[in-house]
Amino acid sequence: MTRPSHAELARVVRDHAGRLAASLVHLVGDFAAAEDLVQDAVEAALTHWPVEGIPERPDGWLYTVARRRGLDVLRRESRHRDKLALVPWPAEPEPDDRLRLIFTCCHPALPRTAQVALTLRVVCGLTTAQIAKAFLIPETTVAQRITRAKRKISDAGIPYRIPSADELGARLAEVLTVVYLLFNEGYLSSGGQQAQSRDLVDDAEFLATLLHQLMPTEPEVAGLLALIRLHRARAAARFTPHGGIIQLQDQDRSRWDHEAIADAARLIARAATFKRLGPYQLQAAIVACHAEAKRWEDTDWTQIVVLYDMLLHLAPSPVTRLHRAIALRYITGPAAALSELDALDDALDGYHLLHATRAELLRDLGRADQARAADERALELTANPAEQSLLRQRLNWT
Amino acid sequence: MFVDTEQFAADLAAMGEVERERSYGRVRQWFADHADKITHHAHLLPADTATTVRLDGGEPLITDGPFVEGKEVVSGFAEIDVADLDEALRMVKAWPACPVVEIRPVAS
Repeated sequence: MTRPSHAELARVVRDHAGRLAASLVHLVGDFAAAEDLVQDAVEAALTHWPVEGIPERPDGWLYTVARRRGLDVLRRESRHRDKLALVPWPAEPEPDDRLRLIFTCCHPALPRTAQVALTLRVVCGLTTAQIAKAFLIPETTVAQRITRAKRKISDAGIPYRIPSADELGARLAEVLTVVYLLFNEGYLSSGGQQAQSRDLVDDAEFLATLLHQLMPTEPEVAGLLALIRLHRARAAARFTPHGGIIQLQDQDRSRWDHEAIADAARLIARAATFKRLGPYQLQAAIVACHAEAKRWEDTDWTQIVVLYDMLLHLAPSPVTRLHRAIALRYITGPAAALSELDALDDALDGYHLLHATRAELLRDLGRADQARAADERALELTANPAEQSLLRQRLNWT
Repeated sequence: MFVDTEQFAADLAAMGEVERERSYGRVRQWFADHADKITHHAHLLPADTATTVRLDGGEPLITDGPFVEGKEVVSGFAEIDVADLDEALRMVKAWPACPVVEIRPVAS
């Protein structure tokens, strides 16, 4: 048997762990107990599969391990005995029920950090160690978050079900925020290839795809999926071979995945037919404007500013205003964009992109000294190595 | 647990007789609407009637006022019997009075 690649291993675990978790919660009737069994099965898979190869039926393999472990626990631990004793343990896992799982993991009564960790562990099958590595936090912190969250789910009576129609909108927004956060985290930290770590962008796309399959009539789910895919379609052109950032205007557009871009654009168009516009659909539409431009000069800035205005109307935010100002620069010029930025000083003084953008505008206006000062401020504020090196380069060359 | 804020207390005090009676009416209605789930409830008198005893410093220390001097004080509680947190949340979203409600499971 050939040894599976790291990505393959991650993909197979991701495809099956959540399904197993959902069927075990259904069987055992207890979220925490089921989650423990899934983690054990995933840990076992990560020990055996790299050496023995991925089995032909990974779901059956994981299920068998979880079942055996469940019976062990039943013998040893009295606290689970009542629950597990009643489990009929069918030979095959149950049909897909991951939507309930996702809504439970992302319940608004759980803190955001716990929602994220729980979703990754329960739905995507990440181990505690992999989550810790992905977020650069100690493993004990992740373990604590998971333990607390699981305790709260059972003590506070967080239900295991899909929310009723009147709650669904707000609850789905919560789920999408978690997926979006994962995507952002993965997208910003990507660049270098770390063989051992899980790529959070893969997990975010997986979750968005899964949600889109399970809730095909929710246009915001489609919007978020399109947004993620549009970013990924251009990922190959974002970095130099040494991990340096290549800015949009300098990217080699022939390296973009144009088929994926067209697919995502179709996804957005289909979502629009539901006539329920939302922030993710608008963000995806903005990114699509960039992705569909043949050359930087072909970018439809007017359309982009209109979309930003709609986005600001639905979800006012200073960061969105900043991006709108960046687009405005190509329509009304750098001076107008600069005065837009001045209005954002209070809200975004600690945000490096405000200062980096100001530096670019000032440079356009020939105010080199002020531009340097703004770039220096931006450099102080970012911890991302690729962004730091881009800013240093700018300070050295101008 | 129902939590009052200074602003809420001030708003209530500033109300006219009719308006205040109307707002009490909404509270009575809420209790009536959820009567089948409420097993026990109590409204507390304002925090200036509270007396606090601290037992963690050797001799018991008796002080006037609530245990935390803050802008938010617990003003009452209701014990409810519901299937899960979502059901409790639905009830609380319909609560017509004080602006903060804490939901806490009862230890069994």
